[in-house]
Amino acid sequence: MRRGLLVRPGAWAMATLLAGAAAQAQKNTADGIAEYRKMLEDGNPADLFEAKGEALWKQKRGPKNASLESCDLGKGPGVVKGAFVELPRYFADTAKVQDLESRLVSCMQALQGFDGAAIAGTPFGRGEQDNVTALATYVAAASRGLRFSLPQGHPEERRLYEVGKRVFYFRGGPYDFSCASCHGEDGKRIRLQDLPNLTKNPGDGVGFAAWPAYRVSNGQMWGMQLRLNDCYRQQRFPYPGFGSEVTVALGVYMGVNAKGAESIAPAIKR
Amino acid sequence: MADPMRIRAQAQGDKAVVRVLMSHEMETGQRKDSAGKTIPAWFIQEVTASLNGSPVLTAQWGTAVSKNPFMQFTIRGAKAGDKVSVSWVDNRGDKRTDEATVA
Repeated sequence: MRRGLLVRPGAWAMATLLAGAAAQAQKNTADGIAEYRKMLEDGNPADLFEAKGEALWKQKRGPKNASLESCDLGKGPGVVKGAFVELPRYFADTAKVQDLESRLVSCMQALQGFDGAAIAGTPFGRGEQDNVTALATYVAAASRGLRFSLPQGHPEERRLYEVGKRVFYFRGGPYDFSCASCHGEDGKRIRLQDLPNLTKNPGDGVGFAAWPAYRVSNGQMWGMQLRLNDCYRQQRFPYPGFGSEVTVALGVYMGVNAKGAESIAPAIKR
Repeated sequence: MADPMRIRAQAQGDKAVVRVLMSHEMETGQRKDSAGKTIPAWFIQEVTASLNGSPVLTAQWGTAVSKNPFMQFTIRGAKAGDKVSVSWVDNRGDKRTDEATVA
C-alpha cells in the first residue's frame, strides 16, 4: 500500500480531488467509489500496459526470434479482436481448455521458443510474467465493448464448467471459505467494495468482465490469473499454480455465467 | 530506456486540453524491499511542455506524485494541427520526450 491518490500534478488537481471527496460524503459508499473510478477512468494507466503489450505482440523475440502475430487465440491465427470474450475455450493443438494467459504462454512457447513451464513458475510481475500481463491487457483491450459468449460446444469445455462450479463451492482452509462465501449472493461486500455475484451474470463490466485491471492502490496491472491467486490468498488456501486446471475451470465457470455481459477490460480498480 | 508516454490533445474552442500518462516507477525512497534494504528514490523531477516548440508549462515534481502519473492541463490559443510536446527528466538523469498533434 502506497499513496492513495493517482494524480497529484499540482495544487489544482489536489483541490479538485478534495472537493470530490467532500461531495462524496453526502452519498452512499458505492456511489462514491463509482465516482472515484469515473474520475480515474480518463487516465487509466492500463493504457500504458496495453501499448506495451501491443509492441510485444508485434516484436520478434525469444530463442526463435518470432512475433506472436500468428498466435491463435481461438478465432484463427493472428485474430485478436473478439478473442477475449470467448476465452477460456478448447484448443485442439494443446488438447486443453485454456484461458487467455495460459494460451499466451503456449504461443510464446510454440512460436517464440520460450520455456512455458519457466514462465508459469515466475512470480507475477517479474520477467516474462510481466510481459504476459501486458500482452493479456492488449488482447483484452481489443475486445472492449463486446459481450461475453464463451463456447460450450466441446465436451472438455462443458467438463471444465462443472469442475469450475465445484471448485467455486468447495469450502476449505482455516477459514472454511469457498469462492461462494463472498461471491454467491447479491449485496455482499469486502470492506467497502461491493462484490459481484458470480453465480450468474453480474452485469456489464463487473467481475469476469473487468479483468485485467490496473490497481491504483499498488500501481500494478493484474490479469485474471493474479486476481484468482489473490482470492485464494484471501481465503488462506494454498496458492494455485499459474494456468492450472483449477484456475482455468473457474474462468470457464465465471465466463459462461457472464454470458451477455459487456467487457470493459482493461478496467481501473481502487 | 523509458517507456513511451501517452499524450492526447483535444481542441475545445480556443483551447486545447492535453492529457498525459507517463510510465514511471516513482519510488519514494521510503520503501524497503523483501530483504529489508531501502529502495532508492527514483522519481520524475522536471516536467516541461511546449506548443509548437515554445514552452507553455514547467513543473517540478517530487516523490509525492504517484506511480505512472497522469497529468492534465489546458493550453489557451492552441488549435487543431498544433504540435504539443511533453518531456520529463528524472533524478537519475533519464529523459523522455513525446509529441502529439492537437486533434
